[in-house]
Amino acid sequence: MQRRDFLHLAGLGGGAIFSASLAGCATAGRPQDEFYFVQLSDVHWGFQGAPNPDARGTLPKAVEAVNALARPPDFIVFTGDLTHTTDDPVERRRRMAEFRQIAGELKVKTVRFMPGEHDAALDRGTAFKEMFGETYYRFDHRGVHFMALDNVSDRGTTLGADQLAWMQAELARLDPDAPLVVLAHRPLFPLVPKWDWHTRDGDQALALLMPHRNVTVFYGHIHQEHHQLTGHIAHHSARSLMFPLPAPGTADKPLPVAWDPAAPYRGLGWREVEVDGAKAERIEHGVSAA
Amino acid sequence: MRRRHLLLLLAALGLDARAQAPREIELTARRFHFTPNVIPLQAGEPVVLLLRSLDFAHGFFVPDLDLRTDLMPGRVTRLALTPKAPGRLAFLCDNFCGDGHEGMDGIFVVT
Repeated sequence: MQRRDFLHLAGLGGGAIFSASLAGCATAGRPQDEFYFVQLSDVHWGFQGAPNPDARGTLPKAVEAVNALARPPDFIVFTGDLTHTTDDPVERRRRMAEFRQIAGELKVKTVRFMPGEHDAALDRGTAFKEMFGETYYRFDHRGVHFMALDNVSDRGTTLGADQLAWMQAELARLDPDAPLVVLAHRPLFPLVPKWDWHTRDGDQALALLMPHRNVTVFYGHIHQEHHQLTGHIAHHSARSLMFPLPAPGTADKPLPVAWDPAAPYRGLGWREVEVDGAKAERIEHGVSAA
Repeated sequence: MRRRHLLLLLAALGLDARAQAPREIELTARRFHFTPNVIPLQAGEPVVLLLRSLDFAHGFFVPDLDLRTDLMPGRVTRLALTPKAPGRLAFLCDNFCGDGHEGMDGIFVVT
């Protein structure tokens, strides 16, 4: 029995399962097998304010929930805004160190970190690199290619010519039929430009990805689930672990949704992504008070 | 030629220099506000924005017109625009500038 079949039988394991093709990829002859990873996003460690009265408790709750998964994920990825921005370089590093200490309590030790603009824009990624390493990189896992992009270290929210050239060179080495998962903080497509929910040169990144037939993008930034196709490329945003933001374009400004004491932690969450060759299943988890 | 005579001549030729100059609108950017942040415009009227940043290399982005520029502190950036039709055009800072960036925006109200 596959793990997702077990979860279906077991009542979803506390989450909600959504299936999607990881692009109908041809898997014959490739050494792919089922695995899953966990995506956590937009932790904003250091934030204080009414939108989350449990600002220091929400991440530990998520860590505890991930640690309680019946079968551990192969790895965990944080898709940016690990910390809430500050002008003070010392405070920025203090927040990053505290965040890293809590993330260190995850039982799974393969944890990949990515920056958001709150972490990296004001110092162009300097503190992030000191604490977590490179801001963009690639890796492979069980026959699936992964590419983590940085569309935040430039204050203008661009990938930039150097990273685009790197992307082009890396993609040229990959089989265009092989499954490819792209991780980013900001949406690569123009979701709501008037809220700055886009990547200024994201169209160039998407053009580079288009020849690859099995691409799925997981990102953060917008503090809610959102699912959209650009051509054959599927984009899935994740919930935050600090505060939700309004649905795309539904308010004057993208400011935090008020905390609801009657439904604490509503809108906050994280996800599992199960990859099984041709398929990617998302299992969405909310944060619970327990 | 005296200035009065020159103006009379230009007026006779339909070349009123003052009427041809686009209206200039001064706009200041400072973390995390534009001042003013509600700017009335008239459809079809060409205007020139005189943009000044007081503290940071803010961005100035008008998505509906696909118009943007960077605002370097200490410099006046001139940006010409002509709204085509009545409506509301959002503008925002699109260079991440700190805790409050997400609310740094404004609106052109075109009548």
